[in-house]
Amino acid sequence: MPKLESIPDLEQLREVCLQSRDVNRPCLTVCAGSGCTASGAHDVIAGLKQNLEKLGLAQTIDVKSTGCHGFCEKGPVMIVWPDGIFYNRVTPRDAAAIVASATNGRKPVEKLLYQDPQTGERVLHENDVPFYARQQRVLFGNNGRIDPRQIEDYLRVGGYKALARVLGGIPGETIVEEIKKSGLRGRGGAGFPTGVKWEALRANPATPKFIICNADEGDPGAFMDRSLLEGNPHSIIEGMIIGACALGASTGFVYVRAEYPLAVEHLRVALRQAEEIGLLGENILGTGFKFRIKVVQGAGAFVCGEETALIASIEGRVGEPRPRPPFPVQSGLWGKPTIINNVKTWASVPHIINRGADWYAGIGTERSKGTMVFSLVGKINNTGLVEVPMGITLREMIYTIGGGIPKGRQLKAVQIGGPSGGCIPSSLIDLPIDYEELTKAGSMMGSGGMVVMDESTCMVDVARYFMEFLEEESCGKCFPCREGTQRLREILDRICAGKGKEEDLALLDDLGWVMKETSLCGLGQTAANPVLTTLRYFKDEYLAHIREHRCPAKVCKELIVYSIEPAVCDGCHACVQVCATEAILGEKKKVHEIDEGKCIKCGACLEVCQPKAVLVS
Amino acid sequence: MTDFEPVQLEALLADFEETRESLIPLLQEVQTQYCYLPEFALRRIASKLSVSLTDVYQVATFYSCFSLVPVGKHVVQVCLGTACHVRGAPRVLDRMLRDLKLGTPGTTQDMQFTVRSVRCVGCCGLAPVVRVDNNTHPNMTQAKVRGMLKKYRSKEDRPAGEADEVDDAEARVHS
Repeated sequence: MPKLESIPDLEQLREVCLQSRDVNRPCLTVCAGSGCTASGAHDVIAGLKQNLEKLGLAQTIDVKSTGCHGFCEKGPVMIVWPDGIFYNRVTPRDAAAIVASATNGRKPVEKLLYQDPQTGERVLHENDVPFYARQQRVLFGNNGRIDPRQIEDYLRVGGYKALARVLGGIPGETIVEEIKKSGLRGRGGAGFPTGVKWEALRANPATPKFIICNADEGDPGAFMDRSLLEGNPHSIIEGMIIGACALGASTGFVYVRAEYPLAVEHLRVALRQAEEIGLLGENILGTGFKFRIKVVQGAGAFVCGEETALIASIEGRVGEPRPRPPFPVQSGLWGKPTIINNVKTWASVPHIINRGADWYAGIGTERSKGTMVFSLVGKINNTGLVEVPMGITLREMIYTIGGGIPKGRQLKAVQIGGPSGGCIPSSLIDLPIDYEELTKAGSMMGSGGMVVMDESTCMVDVARYFMEFLEEESCGKCFPCREGTQRLREILDRICAGKGKEEDLALLDDLGWVMKETSLCGLGQTAANPVLTTLRYFKDEYLAHIREHRCPAKVCKELIVYSIEPAVCDGCHACVQVCATEAILGEKKKVHEIDEGKCIKCGACLEVCQPKAVLVS
Repeated sequence: MTDFEPVQLEALLADFEETRESLIPLLQEVQTQYCYLPEFALRRIASKLSVSLTDVYQVATFYSCFSLVPVGKHVVQVCLGTACHVRGAPRVLDRMLRDLKLGTPGTTQDMQFTVRSVRCVGCCGLAPVVRVDNNTHPNMTQAKVRGMLKKYRSKEDRPAGEADEVDDAEARVHS
């Protein structure tokens, strides 16, 4: 493609891209995000292509691999255009039927349509599937429509229009004003008003200025940044260029986790394309504005999500945070003014410029505007990525979108916001989800990880899990975090082993508050949240471990015993084969028995027992 | 894994600017090429970038993606993210270690496998997941562990007499 010399050039290119594709031409778009890829999406794509070639239709029907559609549970998922037929759980064996249906009268393949678990009815279109119906997909809407490796696709859906408007003559202060008016808050977790941060950077006369996209998505249980980078990298790049233009930065960085190879690859492809056609580099669209973006890969340290640690890491040092102030807008990368925003924050910018601050501010609650992306995972029927307006209730999230809890079990808690967040109990099911309400409940928005837990999840074990994680990830620079996470974990280990004392609870609480008050960075200041919230809402469960040496969820190994119910055991031998320690006795077709002395309580027998004869008490 | 060759390192060094910012990307490149960071390379990088060897070691030991010892032919990453944790990942890891006769995550004696626990590979919708090299195995169970490892263990490296009966158990789970 030729280099674009002016803004009309860009619009002309868009026209060419739009003309080159007939909207009525059939296209099979298959989700090739990390989730669907793990479920076999690439075999499906290969199967579809093979079938099309066999029928000589490779030139008339397109196959496109797109980014994450969000509905990982039902992957691989795909859409047949132009009718928008949504298929789920597709296998390569279905390829022939899909191709046949796309060519002959377009009657959909019934068995691949989503089936409503309540009514049993088949659903034709993505938007009518309950999982999608209540969502408002501003950031993720285009993920299912575009090939992330094709800048033409992004241009076809109106990409870089906002940039053209900005370069066409919107002054920097107007852009910052617009972002302020929209009410956009940092999507990385803390929720600081983006416009205010931008204003502070603009006010700083020092140069050069740097902008950074924080894609160090380290929270276990969150993968929305990855999916956006994989599925629509240009939307993030466009947001960054607009930011650079408004703030007077000439260099930008994307700091992305190395654990996300596909995201890194798609980002690099997108940057190269943007450079090739002159949307990045010198004299962008002939306006004299210059801006470059570099990719920096993280090296595996959770703490680098903290902005000062992230800066240290880009500078080639260990990722240890430093006290703030000075804030990065005053003194950031190499001591220069620096803005760091999350992936979703940057990707929101073009939408706000295109549709106006009032439109954005019209979504959400009084103080939390716009949409938020959550990864709905754990013990929930419909796992996946969900984008909803701020203020939606937990009930809607879990029952309407998430389809409830599997196996007819009861909801116990929802862990929101990753290791810095907290566990919200089922009694707060009508809580509207926004920054303020979550903080009031002792949790925080964080990155938007939402892990659903049912009655078979032990809350003490969950607290211990997070503490083990944070102990490992604490950088060790400040004492309260380094020692605090370790001591909290030791106490929780003790309680999980049935060796806790009642005074441990007060100690956990004390220690937690000291860490909150005295730690250097956000990691340590929020590290105790999982402990403090579980203590606040699930004290009974702690007490059961301490007083009765009982784990109500039957998770903590030291407090449970496995046995086989003779009346139910059919002697199928599956448990014997899977047992790691030869602890199960009994011949085939005869009732089996567990030797408690040998049993390591790994639960493998429970997993394989079809008649459900294995009991845990 | 390739044996370490100083010549290759020189070629690799030539691609990077001699600044402090190059340190982490350079270590990552060496790690990718050789699957670990040999001492020789650390010394060479230190002098090339004019960074003290202590600083290079500090960075190499701070970040979890670096290894100072060689790793096995296949890297097995057991995800212990929150979603995987509540869906039984610790039991999968225990079984993996037991099957490979490892007490803690590390490398098997025959250098076939290096087992690591990772916090979130971002496939939470399919928890629990295990990643072997570049393949992600969704919805793992203990019963699937042995069969999965066997697929990666090259035929000539398999211990004599390892039969196929494990797959029976796996098939049963799916039936």
